[in-house]
Amino acid sequence: MNLRPDPTFHATPKLAMEAPAETLAFTLMLSPDGSQPDGLAVVDVDPSSMSYGQIVHQLIMPHTGDEFHHFGWNACSSALSPLTGHAFLERRYLIIPGIRSSRIYVIDVKEPRAPKIHKVIEPEEVFAKTGYSRPHTIHCGPEGIYVSTLGGGGPDGTDGPPGIFIMDCETFEIRGRYEMDRGRQNKHYDFWWNLPRDYMVSSEWGLPPQYENGIVAEDLLSNKYGHSIHFWKLRERRNVQTIDLGENHQMALEVRPAHDPGKDYGFVGVVVDTTNLQGAIFTWWRRDDGTFEAKKTITIDPQPADAADLPDLLKGFGAVPPLVTDIDLSLDDRFLYVSCWGTGEMLQYDVSDPMAPKLAGKVEIGGIVKKTPHPNGKVFGYGPQMVEISRDGKRVYWTNSLYSTWDDQFYPGEGGGAMVMAHVGPNGGLTLDEDFFVAFPKGYRSHQIRLEGGDCSTDSFCYPSV
Amino acid sequence: MDSVETATALWGAVVASGIYHGVNPGMGWPLAVSAALMERRPASLYRALAALAAGHLLAMAAILFPFTALLFLAEWQREIQVGAACLVIGLGLYLMVNRRHPRFLARVPPSRLALWSFLAAMAHGAGLMLVPIYLGICATVETDAGHAAAADLMAGNARVAALVALVHTLAMTLSGGVLALGVYEWLGLRFLSRSWFNLDLFWAASLILVGTISLAFVH
Repeated sequence: MNLRPDPTFHATPKLAMEAPAETLAFTLMLSPDGSQPDGLAVVDVDPSSMSYGQIVHQLIMPHTGDEFHHFGWNACSSALSPLTGHAFLERRYLIIPGIRSSRIYVIDVKEPRAPKIHKVIEPEEVFAKTGYSRPHTIHCGPEGIYVSTLGGGGPDGTDGPPGIFIMDCETFEIRGRYEMDRGRQNKHYDFWWNLPRDYMVSSEWGLPPQYENGIVAEDLLSNKYGHSIHFWKLRERRNVQTIDLGENHQMALEVRPAHDPGKDYGFVGVVVDTTNLQGAIFTWWRRDDGTFEAKKTITIDPQPADAADLPDLLKGFGAVPPLVTDIDLSLDDRFLYVSCWGTGEMLQYDVSDPMAPKLAGKVEIGGIVKKTPHPNGKVFGYGPQMVEISRDGKRVYWTNSLYSTWDDQFYPGEGGGAMVMAHVGPNGGLTLDEDFFVAFPKGYRSHQIRLEGGDCSTDSFCYPSV
Repeated sequence: MDSVETATALWGAVVASGIYHGVNPGMGWPLAVSAALMERRPASLYRALAALAAGHLLAMAAILFPFTALLFLAEWQREIQVGAACLVIGLGLYLMVNRRHPRFLARVPPSRLALWSFLAAMAHGAGLMLVPIYLGICATVETDAGHAAAADLMAGNARVAALVALVHTLAMTLSGGVLALGVYEWLGLRFLSRSWFNLDLFWAASLILVGTISLAFVH
């Protein structure tokens, strides 16, 4: 417990943007075949440092087969609302779930260059206390730490729907399930919220048999992956509305509400439209009567390709789909970054008008067909995937692995884990930094990035920017 | 100390505790700033303050009036004062050991500020802190009045309880309101994290202090 609020907690997104720039990044390392334990890499992102752009520490876990994917903080700017009653938490622990093992690590990063394991929650405890499995997205909020899961009970995770559970933000005890009325929700992926307006939005990927051993082409072509988003009364824990984006909009993944809680809209990315292989972004918004609506505001076309250049999965299509696998919104709610993992592009949209996004910048790197090298000449395996934006919006970091078994289907052969960074122009535009290329140790791929002191997909703000 | 001085000091304590509750962000004034910014209307700031005040007032009344009823047992006044002081000290000790905030508070939606304010005041013993002060005031009134009829005494004590709750809540609302307005109009939200101190221990200690002082002054 601090005597003052943690200096990395900010009342508004604007104040967070004005805070000092990040000097370290935490990036997950995963062993795709489970032959080595997964780990947490500490990356120096301070340009004035001698070890800039290098992994300065690796915390390797004691178990194998966890498959790290997403992770998050024990506490964030959401603590600055008197309603939560925990304004004096420290932003000190990273909660890292293994989506294959269902094990959860709590990592103490008080000494950020020498993080250590604070607590390990074994899978059996997760199963027993929640009936869920395969924990994934972490957000800190009013009732503590919220953890979304991708599986229900039973060995293959299909015994009951997946959902969200709550962990105590001080002891890291699992409290139990979040939902009191889940309505039509039967799949899960991401979730986020607007705290003062008291609503949550959640999305859908697929059930464990649909992803654990690779993408199931028949399920995709018969539109059996998730294609709905759900709106919840956050504190009532009740699903109040489900919007079906249309069954062809397969896999609605990242949910990115506007950071400024005074704005009642947000975005959700759709991996692939099965009618035309497009990637899509939907803008969702809250109407004055409190109900929600969603509309497709961005489409990204597939690119024609020779069957010979395509992996088996795509040979029949003669085109490479963009595969929108991650999106991220800058703290000023101005730029939305869209990872096109298939075509190898990072797109930057100006979403100042959320109903009419405009392409403002683009970087080509990697890709199934183009295989664009980094400007420094190095090969960038796979495509741009997990993306994270600096608080000030001037730097955008990303890694290249999607999910072990899916990497192997879309990009056969080992591509190597990497993390790169691009600079944002004052009015948009995106340029890769030639000097920043973090190559991950042999046998490891790279996944989500968290920036020291918070970033654009962790903190929830309780006060509008003025 | 004569009873007029004692009474003045005790009323001072009622006001002081109100200011103490009011300026603490944990008791809610930032929610008034948030309401005004979210709804882009300064009027929402006052509406939120009023809701917070209503909840707080109700919490004070809910704690003080049962003691008014107890005071009907006039010959037990001394024992009641000692008991109340011990209760306050006990709560202070408990809060010192158990530093957790009650989780049910986080389930209250932001639209129900009066309910939240009531529950927050109850959970942290804000009303209980007033009890020894209130009983002290009743004691001075009784000394002044001599042996009044029981019914009159009861009515007088009820009036004092209502007045204590009102004065305290008014002090709280004015002090919190000044901060909320100041942050909304001039200081900006940066002031919020700068001015927020962890008073958990201090709060527990003040409960113990109030209880101890009142024990010392029980006649």
